[in-house]
Formats: sequence, structure tokens, C-alpha cells
Amino acid sequence: MSGEIIGTYAVAICLLIGAGFVTVGVIGLLKFNDPMTRLHAPTKVGTIGIGMLLLASMIHSFTFGQTSLHELLIMSFLFVTAPISANFIAKVNIHRRACETPPEPPRDDTWSTLNSPENGRSTSGDDAEKAA
Amino acid sequence: MTAATGFLDVAMIIAFVALAAGQILSMVRLTLGPTTGDRILALDTMVINALGLVVLLGIYQGVQIYFEVSLLIAMLGFVSTVALARFILRGDIIE
Repeated sequence: MSGEIIGTYAVAICLLIGAGFVTVGVIGLLKFNDPMTRLHAPTKVGTIGIGMLLLASMIHSFTFGQTSLHELLIMSFLFVTAPISANFIAKVNIHRRACETPPEPPRDDTWSTLNSPENGRSTSGDDAEKAA
Repeated sequence: MTAATGFLDVAMIIAFVALAAGQILSMVRLTLGPTTGDRILALDTMVINALGLVVLLGIYQGVQIYFEVSLLIAMLGFVSTVALARFILRGDIIE
């Protein structure tokens, strides 16, 4: 009986923490004023917010009824894929020049994200010479 | 026991409201986002919020059948985000 009460309180606190992080992340997505800055906030929604909701789901299934650890699978999948999608969106921002362009790399011609081979072959001269 | 259950009910209502407000606010960002990266990011956040809503519905009804739904939403959301970003970057998804 006592364990059930502790489990209920733990589920409620995990839900509140998750809801708070979701709210903060989405407000950051809406209120920040730069595309790269906006990229920072919603990653918290994906990791801590949803992680806390999944933890609450696990504790709930531990406390009432059958035990299940399926949610660990979703949690690990989200933790693995969140940096990859954030990296892709940052590359989109650099590619569309929506942010400050990074400084030129020391040895190469340009960043591969910014390289557009169809506009004149001068940016990738070595490859064009090899092909010709 | 009743105090704990009441607290859980209040927390669940707060979480439902927070996630629904998150969907609405990220849809605002999706509508007025000035750049393409913002729109992709807003769509990604909306998919993650939908995943959270499905998980919350599973807690609310006390059933386990929503696990497959949320796993499928997570996988499809990641794949669609990568496909959108890759289409912007390369003009093609599978080269």
C-alpha cells in the first residue's frame, strides 16, 4: 500500500517535470530570434521532456499491474536520433545561409555544405580537373 | 491514497495541457517560421509532442498497447526529419 502511494507520487512528479520541460522548450522555439538559437530549445523537449514522460509511464506500469520496460527502447532511440536530426537542421541553416556563415576552413576551398558544384566548377577545381 | 491519486490526476491534466499548448505553439512557429530550417524544426517538435501525447494517453488508460504506436511515431518522425533536411541539402533524398 505504501509502495503504491510512493509510486503514484513519483509518476506525478515525473509528469510535472516532463510537462515543464516541454513548455520551456516550445516557448524557446517560439520566442528566440535566430534560427541557430531556436535550434537549441526543442532538443530539451526531445530528451528530458519525453524522457521524463516515458519514465513516468515505466513507474506507472511498475506500480499498477504488469511491469514493462518497453519504454527504454523508445528512450534510447530518441536519445540516439536527436543529435543526428539537430545536426541535419543545423546543416540546412548553414546551407541556406540563415545564420552567420562559418569562417573558411584552413586547407579546403569551402565547406561541403556550402559547396554547390553546379554553379561554376571553380569551387571544386581538383575534382573537375580529374573528371576532365 | 486519495491524496496521491488526486495529485496524479492534477499532474496528468497539467501534462496534457502543456503538451497540447506545445503542439499549438510549434504550429505557430511552423506557420510563420522565416526559414526552412525553422519549419523542419517545428515539424520535428510537433512529432515529438505527438509521441508524448500518445505516451500520456497510455498512462491515463493504464494499457500497454500504445507502445508500438509511440515507437512507430518516433521512427517515422526521425526518418521524415532527415528526409526533409536531406532534400533541402542535396535536392534529392536517395542518391
